[in-house]
Amino acid sequence: MADFFSQVVNALQLGSIYALVALGYSMVYGIIMLLNFAHGDIIMVGAYATYFAVCQYGLHPLVAVLLAVLISTLLGVLIEKAAYTPLRSAPRLSLLITAIGVSFLLENGAQLLFGADTKSMVKTPLISGTLNLGGVTVSLAAVITIVVSVIAMIALTFLVQKTKLGKAMRAVSEDMGAAQLMGISLNRTISFTFAIGSFLAGIGAVLHVGSYFQASPMMGSMLGLKAFVAAVLGGIGSIPGAMIGGFAIGIVETLVTVAGLSTWKDGVVFAILIVVLLVKPTGILGRPMVEKV
Amino acid sequence: MKQTKRIPMPVRYGINLVLTLALWGVLAAMIASGVITNYWNGVLITIGINVILAVSLNIATGYLGQLPLGHAGFMAVGAYAGGIFMKATPLGALLKAGETGAAVPWIILALLIAGLTAGVFGLIIGIPALRLKGDYLAIITLGFGEIIRVVLTNVDSVLGFKFTYGAAGLKQIPKITSFNLVFLCVALTILIIHMVMKSKHGRAILSIRENQIAAESVGINTTYYKVAAFVLSAVFAGVAGCLYAGYLGSLVPSSFKFMKSIEILVMVVLGGMGSMLGSVIAASVLTVISELLRSVGDYRMVFYALLLVLMMIFRPKGLMGTYDFSMSRLLEKLINRGKAKPVPSAAEGEEAQRDE
Repeated sequence: MADFFSQVVNALQLGSIYALVALGYSMVYGIIMLLNFAHGDIIMVGAYATYFAVCQYGLHPLVAVLLAVLISTLLGVLIEKAAYTPLRSAPRLSLLITAIGVSFLLENGAQLLFGADTKSMVKTPLISGTLNLGGVTVSLAAVITIVVSVIAMIALTFLVQKTKLGKAMRAVSEDMGAAQLMGISLNRTISFTFAIGSFLAGIGAVLHVGSYFQASPMMGSMLGLKAFVAAVLGGIGSIPGAMIGGFAIGIVETLVTVAGLSTWKDGVVFAILIVVLLVKPTGILGRPMVEKV
Repeated sequence: MKQTKRIPMPVRYGINLVLTLALWGVLAAMIASGVITNYWNGVLITIGINVILAVSLNIATGYLGQLPLGHAGFMAVGAYAGGIFMKATPLGALLKAGETGAAVPWIILALLIAGLTAGVFGLIIGIPALRLKGDYLAIITLGFGEIIRVVLTNVDSVLGFKFTYGAAGLKQIPKITSFNLVFLCVALTILIIHMVMKSKHGRAILSIRENQIAAESVGINTTYYKVAAFVLSAVFAGVAGCLYAGYLGSLVPSSFKFMKSIEILVMVVLGGMGSMLGSVIAASVLTVISELLRSVGDYRMVFYALLLVLMMIFRPKGLMGTYDFSMSRLLEKLINRGKAKPVPSAAEGEEAQRDE
């Protein structure tokens, strides 16, 4: 029973990180219909920022967290301004290829700067200690990860549903041209969306480092792709959908690992993606798309 | 209107045949005389394999207008199918004994099996994947590509076969790939793709790229042509995979990662999506550049990535756009110099427009 409980916590811990990343994917996709491949790599950069701040410069963990989130957010906006804004009216294919290019640039740039090896933070963990929950010991990192993710998601829902900027974001994702005619600044709204998405990725990065103690140049690509699967599973463009999808992927991966098939887990996640795309391409909570001539 | 001279079709193919033979003759003579060293001979073979990969991906990306990200998966299927087949045949013993003549049918069979297996996978993957478009198609093909790699890595340990030898890799594949074989395969690939694209089937594929709804409304079976183009693309990727297996003599699943698919994509994008000439040039240039940059390893991928982003921002059409070179067209222009412009026929009209 205790074993089962700790696996559930593991699944939720992994799932909440996926959910945070999936939210970023989902928001960016919802607003400019771009599959932002670079999103996963922003997490990688955030993880490196945390690693260097704590292990290299010996900063206080809280300062490191703020720094990592700040760097991630700025990076997200920078990518949007430098690579995606010039292509806003270009065909979708060009935009997608650019996103792949940016993702590769970040991955290989990191490999060049920081080396291909995995940086370990086991000796200086960001969050250490355990918590006793009704006779079961769980790591503090797991509890913090789950709690922070849930808070972030609630805050995001509030932001999108209740604030003026959120309204602008929803308007732009509905119809870019019409939103502009209503006096909404496209550039500002889109940059803001990237900022929020990357902010969440930054939190995800910190939580990832806090939970799994490592940073490597390629960590973002698989994480990002799986988070995208989570976003598709939940229904792209939907905030609660991204959460459900993230937790579902986390649970499935944990189940596969518990079953002793951990080398197959990437395959299983992509198999889920394929099944979802074929059976219900709009995902669990997505809106059906209507094709216009 | 004054009639201008046109070169008849058989002569056009004849001209290209002569040019191809001339290129082969020059390269073969340079290899025989030692001007091209053993090392650069290897580079030439790699160029050939990459050219086949690039022109085959160009069918799906350039002509059909989709973005599959699992091309390395098809290459892997072809490589493993060809590799396992070649190991099971007496090819290795024949090559060792120097009986090249007796080995030829086996080599042809291996290439066919590799191409067909990859084609079957293309069909299985294409039918569901092509129901989707754009980003979804990209991500689903990426998923399939990754699944192929995961299966290749793990299938032996689960089913207890000695089949792909998992992460340790398939070893001792007969080394069939020579410069002549690769050159022949490249020439045939380009010829077949060219002929398909100039036929009414090729036109149908192009019309889907331009506007799927319009294509559908004039009675083109878009699903059929999309799957057909996708399968054709997979078949040639499989052939390239088989040549790759026969060149290296061993295979590991990790060489067919997502990264490999992107490398092929960069070649197509750089050359110009929809231009065969562009794909050929880009594949050749990038292969040579990456050979020269071998000493600085890590910078190579950064260079690739930067190239991709800058290309999309400043010249999204690629180097060549959709332009394709035609020797015959050039000759026609020379013949008809000073005369009235040739009246474009229905088929030529589009090319003339593209030239401008």
